[in-house]
Amino acid sequence: MRFVARVIVTPKPVVNDPQGITVRNGLATLGFREVSDVRVGKYIEVSLEVAGELEARKRVESMCSQLLANHVIEDFRFEITPGVAAPS
Amino acid sequence: MRFGVVVFPGTWSDRDCGWVVSQVLGAELSYLWHKDADLKGCDCVILPGGFAYGDYLRTGAIARFAPVMDKISEFADRGGLVWGICNGFQILCEAGLLPGALIRNASLEFRCLWTNLMVERTDLAFTSKCEERDVLRIPISHGEGNFFADPATLSRLEQRGQVVFRYCDPSGRVVPGANPNGSVHNIAGIVNARGNVLGMMPHPERCAETELGGTDGLKLFKSVAASALKVLVS
Repeated sequence: MRFVARVIVTPKPVVNDPQGITVRNGLATLGFREVSDVRVGKYIEVSLEVAGELEARKRVESMCSQLLANHVIEDFRFEITPGVAAPS
Repeated sequence: MRFGVVVFPGTWSDRDCGWVVSQVLGAELSYLWHKDADLKGCDCVILPGGFAYGDYLRTGAIARFAPVMDKISEFADRGGLVWGICNGFQILCEAGLLPGALIRNASLEFRCLWTNLMVERTDLAFTSKCEERDVLRIPISHGEGNFFADPATLSRLEQRGQVVFRYCDPSGRVVPGANPNGSVHNIAGIVNARGNVLGMMPHPERCAETELGGTDGLKLFKSVAASALKVLVS
C-alpha cells in the first residue's frame, strides 16, 4: 500500500535558533509586532510502499531517528496518509 | 607514522592536509576514497574540511554512511587515531564517534578569520608538542561551527576533561568576545573519553608554514607524528 509521510523536524527548545530570531526580527521590521517567537525547522515528504499503516509508522519512525533528524539537536513528528503525494 | 586523508565528494581540504603531511612534515600519506572500506594501514586518519555530500540534510549527515566510515569506526574502537577537522568534526559528531553537534553560527554569518585557541590537554597524541596553557593562532572558515551539547553531556565533557581547545583572546582569556560562532563554553575542539578521536573546527593545516601567516597548526601535526614512537614502544 502506498503512503505519504509528512515529517516535521524542529530544533529542540534548548537549542538556540538564530534563524528563528532573525526571522522574528524581520517580521517585526515589517510591522508584525505581535509575534513573540519564531522557530525554523524542516519539512520532509517521504513516499513509501509497505503492507499497512502500522508498518508505515514504524518504518518512518526509524527513518527519522536514524537519518532525518539528529536527536542531539532536533525533535521530529510526522503524519501518515494513504495514497501518493500531490504533484508539485 | 602513516597518515590517511579521507576524501568525500565535496571535501576540499584534503590537498591542504596532504600537503602538510607529505611536504611539510615529510610523513607517509595515503588518500582514502569514501567508497573504499580500506584504511591502507594508516596510523592516523584525518577527516578534512569541506562540504561532504554538499552538507545535504545536515552537515555531515550523509557522509557518515560512506563505506570508509565503518572502517574508521572499527579503527577508532581499536584505539587508532582519528582527527576530524571542520567538516570532519561535523561528520564525527553525526557518526556518534564524538558527542554533541555542530549547528549554524549564532551570527548566521560564514566566519573566515584567525582565532586564538587555549590548549587544555597536552597529554594527547594530538597535542603532546604543546605547552600547558599554550595559545595557538589557527584560522576558522565555517558557517556551522557552533558546538552544542545538552547540559548533561556538556557537564560530562567538562568533568572528564574532554574539551581540548577553547576560543580565547590573544592573552589566553576565554571570553565571549573571542567566541566567533556561539559555541557553548567557547568550545573549539573536543576529544572522546579514550583520547584517540579528536574533533576541532579550526584548520591547523592552513597555518603550518610561515608563508601562510603562521605555523601553530604544525605543532599538532608534529605531535601526532611523535606519537608513533610511543605506539611502537607500548
